[in-house]
Amino acid sequence: MALKIVKGSIDRMFDKNLQDLVRGIRNHKEDEAKYISTCIDEIKQELKQDNIAVKANAVCKLTYLQMLGYDVSWAAFNIVEVMSSSKFTYKRIGYLAASQCFHENTDVIMLTTNQIRKDLSSPNQYDTGVALTGLSCFVTPDLARDLANDIMTLMSHTKPYIRKKAVLIMYKVFLKYPESLRPAFPRLKEKLEDPDPGVQSAAVNVICELARRNPKNYLSLAPLFFKLMTSSTNNWVLIKIIKLFGALTPLEPRLGKKLIEPLTNLIHSTSAMSLLYECVNTVIAVLISLSSGMPNHSASIQLCVQKLRILIEDSDQNLKYLGLLAMSKILKTHPKSVQSHKDLILQCLDDKDESIRLRALDLLYGMVSKKNLMEIVKKLMIHVDKAEGTTYRDELLTKIIDICSQSNYQYITNFEWYISILVELTRLEGTRHGHLIASQMLDVAIRVKAIRAFAVAQMATLLDNAHLLTGNMQRNGICEVLYASAWICGEFSEHLENPMQTLEAMLRPKVATLPGHIQAVYVQNAAKLFATILKNQEGNTDSTTAQETSQLMIDRLPLFVQSANLEVQERASCILQLVKYIQKLQQKDVEIAEEVSALFAGELNPVAPKAQKKVPVPEGLDLDAWINEPPSESESEDEQPKAIFTKEEPKHSRPRHTEVDEKELARRREARKQEQANNPFYIKASPSSQKVYQDAPGVEHIPVVQIDLSVPLKVPGLPMSDQYVKLEEERRQKERAEKKKKEKKKRKEKRSGRGRKHDSGPESEEDITPVHVVDIVTEEMPENALPSDDDDKDPNDPHKALDIDLDNLVETTARRPLADSEKLPVRSHRAAGAPKSSAEDGEVENATSQEPKKKSSKEKREKKKDKDRERKKSKEEKKKKKHKHEEKEEDLLGGQGEEPVIQSEETKEVAAQPTSTSAEVSDLDFWLSNAPVPSNTQEAATVAAAAEAAPVPEVSSGIAADSEPDEPKDTEMEESKSSKHKKKKQKKEKEEKEKKKKKKHHHHHHHSDGGGEESVQNGTVEEEEPLPPMSNYCLLAENSYIKMMMEDADQVCDIQGNLQDGSQVVVSVIFENKCDSFLKSMEFNVLDSLNSKLQRPEGSGPHDGLTVPFQLPPGVSNEARFVFTVQSIVMPQKLKGTLTFIVKNEDSSTHEKLDFKLHFTCTSYLITTPCYSDAFAKLLESGDLKSSSVRLEGVNMPFHHLLARICFHHHFSVVERIDSCASMYSRSIQGHHVCLLVKTSGQTVSIDAKCDEPTLLGNVLDEIKQTFSQC
Amino acid sequence: MIKAILIFNNHGKPRLSKFYEHYNEDTEQQIIRETFHLVSKRDENVCNFLEGGMLIGGSDYKLIYRHYATLYFVFCVDSSESELGILDLIQVFVETLDKCFENVCELDLIFHVDKVHNILAEMVMGGMVLETNMNEIITQVDAQNKMEKSEFFPFFSLSLYRRLSFSLPGRTGRHRPVLQERPLVPYQL
Repeated sequence: MALKIVKGSIDRMFDKNLQDLVRGIRNHKEDEAKYISTCIDEIKQELKQDNIAVKANAVCKLTYLQMLGYDVSWAAFNIVEVMSSSKFTYKRIGYLAASQCFHENTDVIMLTTNQIRKDLSSPNQYDTGVALTGLSCFVTPDLARDLANDIMTLMSHTKPYIRKKAVLIMYKVFLKYPESLRPAFPRLKEKLEDPDPGVQSAAVNVICELARRNPKNYLSLAPLFFKLMTSSTNNWVLIKIIKLFGALTPLEPRLGKKLIEPLTNLIHSTSAMSLLYECVNTVIAVLISLSSGMPNHSASIQLCVQKLRILIEDSDQNLKYLGLLAMSKILKTHPKSVQSHKDLILQCLDDKDESIRLRALDLLYGMVSKKNLMEIVKKLMIHVDKAEGTTYRDELLTKIIDICSQSNYQYITNFEWYISILVELTRLEGTRHGHLIASQMLDVAIRVKAIRAFAVAQMATLLDNAHLLTGNMQRNGICEVLYASAWICGEFSEHLENPMQTLEAMLRPKVATLPGHIQAVYVQNAAKLFATILKNQEGNTDSTTAQETSQLMIDRLPLFVQSANLEVQERASCILQLVKYIQKLQQKDVEIAEEVSALFAGELNPVAPKAQKKVPVPEGLDLDAWINEPPSESESEDEQPKAIFTKEEPKHSRPRHTEVDEKELARRREARKQEQANNPFYIKASPSSQKVYQDAPGVEHIPVVQIDLSVPLKVPGLPMSDQYVKLEEERRQKERAEKKKKEKKKRKEKRSGRGRKHDSGPESEEDITPVHVVDIVTEEMPENALPSDDDDKDPNDPHKALDIDLDNLVETTARRPLADSEKLPVRSHRAAGAPKSSAEDGEVENATSQEPKKKSSKEKREKKKDKDRERKKSKEEKKKKKHKHEEKEEDLLGGQGEEPVIQSEETKEVAAQPTSTSAEVSDLDFWLSNAPVPSNTQEAATVAAAAEAAPVPEVSSGIAADSEPDEPKDTEMEESKSSKHKKKKQKKEKEEKEKKKKKKHHHHHHHSDGGGEESVQNGTVEEEEPLPPMSNYCLLAENSYIKMMMEDADQVCDIQGNLQDGSQVVVSVIFENKCDSFLKSMEFNVLDSLNSKLQRPEGSGPHDGLTVPFQLPPGVSNEARFVFTVQSIVMPQKLKGTLTFIVKNEDSSTHEKLDFKLHFTCTSYLITTPCYSDAFAKLLESGDLKSSSVRLEGVNMPFHHLLARICFHHHFSVVERIDSCASMYSRSIQGHHVCLLVKTSGQTVSIDAKCDEPTLLGNVLDEIKQTFSQC
Repeated sequence: MIKAILIFNNHGKPRLSKFYEHYNEDTEQQIIRETFHLVSKRDENVCNFLEGGMLIGGSDYKLIYRHYATLYFVFCVDSSESELGILDLIQVFVETLDKCFENVCELDLIFHVDKVHNILAEMVMGGMVLETNMNEIITQVDAQNKMEKSEFFPFFSLSLYRRLSFSLPGRTGRHRPVLQERPLVPYQL
């Protein structure tokens, strides 16, 4: 053996280690992939060896290869093997590998639970540390649930090294298992004041992370954090806390007020830039939250802006960047303070660092006003010309458009200038944003009526010079602009000066090279132009122009008829035929202009982008149903041009408005306006502009300054926007001069006649009137459109599930104490419940967290009936169960057997609730009130401390001594199953109740207790009825001295999962001393049968008894557990046994004995095992199962009680329940599947069952029958 | 939260990758490549933040990096982390490496990626900052290494001797000490 080890070690020396692998890869640069594949083959060989060192070495190499992008998930099992090595070196390698490549879907993860648990409780802190680190990377919901309690224990570890890791990992546990948050929170909170700074920092970290997602639940911690902030000197912690306050302050403006002073102090005193920056950030957040009605904070704003300016001016680019970032936050609420630093920001636009330029651009967006828009855009245009990368230039382009179009073109005073800017932007090479420019052009031309003539002229120029845009294939992004140009020229052709020229431009052969959807627009709008020309020529005696136009159309259109694009082809051929017909009529001198232009009559109204979405679907209309048969594949092959503009829609389904329609429209508009006026949510409209539009039918009497153009606009070189800047200056000067002359009254008139009203912006802006009326048409919305947008919250956000009410937990008990079901599961060696989706749980949590109000009224009543308090509480419990029941009925039923509800002193301590009645809310209010800070803080802290100190670990008499001397306690703990915990819990509840009543000898009522309540409930058969208490304890034997209660036999299988041999059954027996004497030296003995044997300590004979590990003072009961090995489980067993004990009085002691019979039912060999419905279905389909059935008559209980009983007494779990039919599943300790289909009708219940072991099944069914015959 | 920590050299070769959220291997490689692409084209004297929304996370995430000699250290973090704090954390990380490897250079990282992981594990755990005090980190790392050594057969520590060969002089290229040029003023102090 020793030789083998040595030999192994020597062999190992010749294996490649990580360094050799790396070197090898570096030496095989040419055929790296090949080399690595041979290495992987070697690794596979190494993994097959027994030597753990070789395996660890192989795994170490795999971790490296994983980094290079090789999938190593195939070695997951070997990684687990290495993780479980007893040597730290290998363990660490294993955990590292696991943390790099395990994830939620790695199936071997479920094998690691016990290994991790073992490592977590290792005496070596580094074993624990390594396990925690690894776990933090691959924790799954199952692991989180199974290990939550272990990790929580570690939060109080003696070593700070472990504590900080345990605290930190709790965040991951919460994410995966949200139910753990409430029970773990008090301890987490306690760690905020841990003496070790690392632990404290970790706790702050976790709570900040939690609070960031659901800040409102953590408001009550504000006093504590405030104290930390004023006392801590650790900048890391301070930054986190200050960031947290930034998230809390929007919820509680009073908190903000309190924060300003200490934050300002920090800003002044700290030398750490990071801290300074975060302070400024939080002050900004505070100011934003206070922004309304708090004018006296201008000093703070000034301070922030000042400090930020220092950051921005710093030579350190990082500080510059962050300064700009923070500045943009101030901008939203205090634009004026930022605007004074425009110089600095414009300077940043020239920075060589793109990130900084982009930040500065963001700032510009908020800095524009009517006054400076032109200037700023001019500057940006220069940058556009200078910009090197297309990305940055595109960014500039979009920013220019954003800046100009923001809040409904609020800052544009001169739309001619804007159109010119847009036209100038079309000269950009290789931009991706042609469509953006195009949609702006369309939008402006449609919505600003006054600009149409100018826009049409510009667009005509663009069309004329289309070759400039399309000349280069690379630039075809920009040719989208032609789409807009063609449409505008066609639609508003009445403004065209020379429609003939434009028409010709639109019918050039070159057009055929444009994308299909643009050609289609060309063709359609050529027809519109044609109509206009005809109309213009009407009344003209000379009809040659009209005829020439027709001829031009007939000559050019055939080119489009041949187009490969269907849309183009169709339109062209249609229009061609039409024109041919018109030509015929023209030749006969028929007046046709009227009819032709009727084709395109009517005004288009812009439609709001979301209008379509907001049209409510009429009742009875199924949009998903096919109207006709679905089209065949081939039809859809030819892809239609994608509609890129929302405006395209109305063009196709163009409404032919008649006079009546106009009236109707006006009426509707009026009604809508009325509605909007009454609707506080409606802010978008610019009512004044619309008013002007409607009240004043013309634009004539608005002063329009004649534009004196020094440069002709129609020069093919495209317009220059710059001149507008100059013009605008002149205009404004002129205006000012005029104004001075005029009376104030007149000015008022003028102002009311202006297009829009401004709520914000510097006062001087008020004086700037737009050059001409900006008739911004409000976009149409459907009649009953919803005013607000849909919530965009991501339903899959894992943090949603963590929106858990923690306040009551922290400070008060009465409102929502921890329910039993919320306690953390302790060691159970297998998945005890079907994992529910965390979102679902979140909902349940949310639902229940709304309860406090209801309960507070209940509270009062409770005070009156102090006696009944205890009972009431348990009722509340039930009520909550009921609540959950409503949420998800099956949850409860499944939960009966599945939910890992447990009790241990550990959780008990945490879960036990303080009885403080002080409401947390009023505490916070008090703290936030203006009383001096420190005393308040302290008070709040002491209240909190008192509240936390209150919980006293309850003495759990039932399981206090469940250790069996010869039975390793660990295994027993690990092996005990969840349903068992439930039973114990219920038993204990009863015991508590009994204690309160000061009646100690009530154990024998267990059964009758349940029975009694049951019968009452049976009288009122309701679905939502709470379940009657159930107990599996039954009387084993009793005499005048002692009573033995046996739990129905509780079983567990071997922890190694080896079901074939080593099946074990654990029997819990409660011994209760009924006499006035002391009972001691109890010995428990059972006569073994061939099949079942009591496990005795090694070395003792087969007939020796087991010593019960406790003594019983008078009136006390205690529980002991005994382990039996069972060979066959298909038949029920009966074992005879004896208990011997000594009764000790003050003067004498006597030997007594008590005989009993242990009855092992077949159900006691079943383990509650959750099963998914699909797995269940597969199981049934497999055909390996024998079936049997049983009928129960006269069962007088609600169906869910019935199911709960089967779950509880017979260890089944509900797979699926539909109405009065349910499928259930359980598994024996030897792996037999037992499936039930339970149906009920009236008082008859029929159970069809399937199992791979018919004898077992028969017995189980008999036992079920027995259960129900008893009740 | 820190979403990922990447170290790669001037040519984009990964030297360490630690993702605190699961991605498959191909995506990981793609992220490394794209991050390298973004980071490498930036000048030396520009800010160390990059909005890398398109890679991992969303607009809430930032890339924060530092460039030392031949290596880029990149942290992908969300808005709950202080930008300047993370820059300091990178500095702490590099200084710790420097202490543990005695004048750390790229080769140390190449051949001892496992050790780098172990050091990192003492600083960042599951995406959250665990420890920022360099002395504490070094103490814990040393204690674990000591434990490791005590478990070994004497002749198995050969690899430790082999390492010495890289720390020989000739400190250019991948031998170039990572922490040579810039004495950094921490933001956090």
